[in-house]
Amino acid sequence: MIHSLFLINHSGDIFLEKHWKSVISRSVCDYFFEAKDKAVDPENVPPVLQTPHHYLISIYRDKLFFLSVIQTEVPPLFVIEFLHRVADTIQDYFGECSESLIKDNVVTVYELLEEMLDNGFPLATESNVLKEMIRPPTILRSVVNTLIGGSNVGDTLPTGQLSSVPWRRVGVKYTNNEAYFDVIEEIDAILDKSGTTVFAEIQGVIEACVRLTGMPDLTLSFMNPRLLDDVSFHPCVRFKRWESEQALSFIPPDGNFTLMNYHVSSQNLVTIPVYVKQNISFFETEPCGRLDITIGPKQTMGKTVEALMVTIHMPKSVVSANLTPTQGSYTYDLATKVLVWDIGKLNPQKLPNLRGSLSLQAGAPKPEDNPSLNIDLKIQQVAISGLKVSRLEMFGEKYKPFKGVKYVTKAGKFQVRT
Amino acid sequence: MQEWANQLCENRQFGSKMTDSKYFTTTKKGEIFELKAELNSDKKEKKKEAVKKVIASMTVGKDVSALFPDVVNCMQTDNLELKKLVYLYLMNYAKSQPDMAIMAVNTFVKDCEDPNPLIRALAVRTMGCIRVDKITEYLCEPLRKCLKDEDPYVRKTAAVCVAKLHDINAQLVEDQGFLDTLKDLISDSNPMVVANAVAALSEIAESHPNSNLLDLNPQTINKLLTALNECTEWGQIFILDCLANYTPRDDRESQSICERVTPRLSHANSAVVLSAVKVLMKFMEMLPKDLDYYGTLLKKLAPPLVTLLSAEPELQYVALRNINLIVQRRPEILKHEMKVFFVKYNDPIYVKLEKLDIMIRLASQANIAQVLAELKEYATEVDVDFVRKAVRAIGRCAIKVEQSAERCVSTLLDLIQTKVNYVVQEAIVVIKDIFRKYPNKYESVIATLCENLDSLDEPEARAAMIWIVGEYAERIDNADELLESFLEGFHDESTQVQLQLLTAIVKLFLKKPTETQELVQQVLSLATQDSDNPDLRDRGYIYWRLLSTDPVAAKEVVLAEKPLISEETDLIEPTLLEELICHIGTLASVYHKPPSAFVEGSRGVQHKRLAGSSGSGESVESPDTGSAAGVSEAPPAVIPSQGDLLGDLLNLDLTPTTTGPPPPASTGMQMGAMDLLGGGLDSLMGDESEPPPIPLRTDTPQSPQLPHQSPSPPDYSPTELGGDLGGSPAMGAPFGAPPATMPASFNAPVSGGLDDLFDLAGGVGMPMGAYNPPKTLWLPAMKAKGLEISGTFVRRAGVIQMEMTLNNKAMSVMSDFAIQFNRNSFGLAPAGPLQILTPLSPNQSIEAALPLSTVGPVMKMEPLNNLQLTFPSVTNEKTAG
Repeated sequence: MIHSLFLINHSGDIFLEKHWKSVISRSVCDYFFEAKDKAVDPENVPPVLQTPHHYLISIYRDKLFFLSVIQTEVPPLFVIEFLHRVADTIQDYFGECSESLIKDNVVTVYELLEEMLDNGFPLATESNVLKEMIRPPTILRSVVNTLIGGSNVGDTLPTGQLSSVPWRRVGVKYTNNEAYFDVIEEIDAILDKSGTTVFAEIQGVIEACVRLTGMPDLTLSFMNPRLLDDVSFHPCVRFKRWESEQALSFIPPDGNFTLMNYHVSSQNLVTIPVYVKQNISFFETEPCGRLDITIGPKQTMGKTVEALMVTIHMPKSVVSANLTPTQGSYTYDLATKVLVWDIGKLNPQKLPNLRGSLSLQAGAPKPEDNPSLNIDLKIQQVAISGLKVSRLEMFGEKYKPFKGVKYVTKAGKFQVRT
Repeated sequence: MQEWANQLCENRQFGSKMTDSKYFTTTKKGEIFELKAELNSDKKEKKKEAVKKVIASMTVGKDVSALFPDVVNCMQTDNLELKKLVYLYLMNYAKSQPDMAIMAVNTFVKDCEDPNPLIRALAVRTMGCIRVDKITEYLCEPLRKCLKDEDPYVRKTAAVCVAKLHDINAQLVEDQGFLDTLKDLISDSNPMVVANAVAALSEIAESHPNSNLLDLNPQTINKLLTALNECTEWGQIFILDCLANYTPRDDRESQSICERVTPRLSHANSAVVLSAVKVLMKFMEMLPKDLDYYGTLLKKLAPPLVTLLSAEPELQYVALRNINLIVQRRPEILKHEMKVFFVKYNDPIYVKLEKLDIMIRLASQANIAQVLAELKEYATEVDVDFVRKAVRAIGRCAIKVEQSAERCVSTLLDLIQTKVNYVVQEAIVVIKDIFRKYPNKYESVIATLCENLDSLDEPEARAAMIWIVGEYAERIDNADELLESFLEGFHDESTQVQLQLLTAIVKLFLKKPTETQELVQQVLSLATQDSDNPDLRDRGYIYWRLLSTDPVAAKEVVLAEKPLISEETDLIEPTLLEELICHIGTLASVYHKPPSAFVEGSRGVQHKRLAGSSGSGESVESPDTGSAAGVSEAPPAVIPSQGDLLGDLLNLDLTPTTTGPPPPASTGMQMGAMDLLGGGLDSLMGDESEPPPIPLRTDTPQSPQLPHQSPSPPDYSPTELGGDLGGSPAMGAPFGAPPATMPASFNAPVSGGLDDLFDLAGGVGMPMGAYNPPKTLWLPAMKAKGLEISGTFVRRAGVIQMEMTLNNKAMSVMSDFAIQFNRNSFGLAPAGPLQILTPLSPNQSIEAALPLSTVGPVMKMEPLNNLQLTFPSVTNEKTAG
């Protein structure tokens, strides 16, 4: 099972280590550093590395490497999932997952790691179970603790761990009972030069925020569940009910959680909300090029496209860009060669355009590779797949909760080739 | 007590002395003393803060072991947080201060009796983490109690503790009977306890390969399946992985397990999904294909696999490596999902390369247009490795989907026009492969290729270009000039290029003998006289002799029609694939290597095979028996197990046995089998001492069949070359006296392998056939309860025979002999039963001959001529005297 964990920052310093079995020397990370140097970009470090006596499985998140050492045959996905869970937990506890925050809360992090794994076997990874045992730091609590000598470690048995609903603690009480669901869809798409869709799919997720007293049993049903190609559920969802009735029936965890992930594949027609007209070309003779991009609405289901942004990774030889946007502003980062055009709201009457010239390094040949465009956008109040929640029912408790469903569509990996 | 106190003082001094020097470099001056004072403070709050500071220093790797006694003194507290912190410290430093750690034992034992189950569990858990022998002795009693605790939380913690203890002292765990208690926990009422018991047992089983720790029967399976629905995601992974080891009795049971596992495909945790996929892929083999449920199951597998690809890149990578296996085993599952493998420009490179690999596997006539458009797009990307692979992929499409060949070739030509150096080189390498698949179809492009001759600087591309020039010499007007230009720097070229150049010039000579005589002499003399490379020299001599002896035969050999190359060159060998399918989701599946190849993990991994009732390995076991001359269909055995995307379709020269086209290799095997085995069975060893069965392993360290894999010393003797191919080349044997039978043996349509030394060796050796290697000792009596076997392989009347002498050196009578051939590289199998009719009395020996055929199952062995035999004989247990 998982033997040790090393947290390594962007520049390659190990700033935290935790061993669940015998101590493994830091020098094992040298193999990782070797691979890191070879990969150049931190994103490209292979996640599974073989060394003479160990395997190193790592993830790269928030500019940090979470590197685990294993010695026996362990499913790598198991390790990777766990590492992401560690990162999630740290983020959940401290608001973000960064080196400085981890260093500030090093003891809490250490306690968390100790609770999450025992002898390399996962012990408690549910956030609400962990929070019962180790309370997340808040300013108020630290003040109170110093005054009355309280502690941030719970001294009761995390009851949730033993019940048949380990994700929910007993005795939850709220004065305002509310259940909110966010249906968030991301469009992953590749469009080719001419604007034709090469590939498109929708990744959807339903995030829930449930604050309900007692042991409520909820049923969430959809208008059109057949849309979904593949679903994966939070452990609380009863799979049988889904299979027979296509409804989500569950006793919710307390607080925020991901109820369900779903996938609408390219087999179904995926709506593409915007079109992009672009022309990026470089001259054979002179060290410069032209850029002209226009974006317009395609199928927005009557809603406004917001937070529109275009990101372009320019070829290495582009040294500067002299462009004029009709809307929004642009920046060109010389070091990373990334051009970002922040547009904002898309106005269908006056389409945003970015045009101008690019200059290349003197003497550099015409770039061989064509830059791709990455599009970011957001559409409120609509799930682009057309998925709609029809109703939410509650059983098991007598009170009447506030209910709400919000929809939002975003661009995921939305790329336009040039 | 007094003693303890003294010891404590000593240790304290010793401890601080020991770390002082280090502490100046790692911590601020005086910090340790300050902490010491705080730890011994009367105020609880101050104590706790101090322990926290100590832990903080510890986590960042500072040495605070000097504070050991002070921290341990804080252990006796009712403050849970403080207790936990002290425990954390103890786990870290107990190893370095074992004597001190003993002080903690009493508190542990007391805590194990605490009314609060959280404290009980914590105590037993921490105790297991202290890897000090003295402590573990005290652990047994509390652990035994905790394993039977009324609270499931304590039981589940205790289950893991058994695994910890086993890691420290395996014998102790067995002696104390903890393993049985652990097995009982599989039937526990609480699903989490079941899951942890399974996890602990699996870990222990890994270091005990032959133990029946996880003895699965339908009852336990039922319990596991029930627990599966109710335990945590991690527990589900343990249970699913455990289920995958089970072999259902019939297809009914198989189906019912599949039905109960299928809901796991909808789990949010990708590791659960992949483990479920493993169980389903394995148990599916048992289901009859015409069953409705089989089709339903196939359909259910695709969506979760696709969804895995939208996860984080690290997860994607592992998923893709596994999908690569699944696609090879059951292409139908994902055949409509090509698009999800399209590459996004900001995917990490390791994801891009894997996606590309799978795209090629899924390419078919139906989707080839899309795939090609994508590949062309990729070929203009920035990343060199990726671009190269994309170009190779285009070539592979051409070979795989005939209809697309023309489009692929024109795409490749477009790419060559870009003049980007590495693109051009890759394109030339793959065009060579296309020529081999579709001869006489696309030669019009040769002119374009020749234009780029000068820019080629990589050996592979140069070799490919030379091959093309040699192969089509008659259509290239200036072929001789082109080849001559390469000849100038002959000695600076890599072996690959040298060999190719030699062959190409010989081809050229045979096609245009008049104007190239000088050139061929030049290359032959370069190869034979000025080169230190035995491969090159031998090939040079063979050509030389061939040309000087019988140019007509030479023409037939060298210019023979080449077999077409097969479509997929980098498929994983079927037996390995089956094994890997059983290990989906593991490290083995990520590396595509058999689980036994893994470092520490290799201890306990047993070979697993798909239990399939149908279709498992049918391709393996049906080599083409009709073709006597050896032009059999490509046996999967010679397909490389680890190629890069394209493998080398034409890499005849460097590694014929691993990446070469199949027919020559199999020819060589069949014809050369006799010599190979005869010459080589000199060192035999039986690894195991407990017959029966007795595996026999024959290793020939210096194998003439593999001149390239194990480079032979330059002066190896002719006998080692198998036959007596007039070739003690190093001694400069006269060229004018060829073995009389040589041309005859070459008339067989086997010349596809002309480049390979061993064809010649085998071909010549056979008709001469007089040399029968003497018997060698295969199995010493000591290793087989007194049965000594020596033997050899001979060919009598055209039939390969294995001749053995069995000698009973034991004190009792042996009878009921039988023999079993394990799968081997040549498909050797007994053609008839082993005929030993009489029982073998002590000290008697008997001669036995077993006719062999080469139609048995083929599996590539390492080394190639490794053969394993099993003799399950019965020793009559009759005491002498």
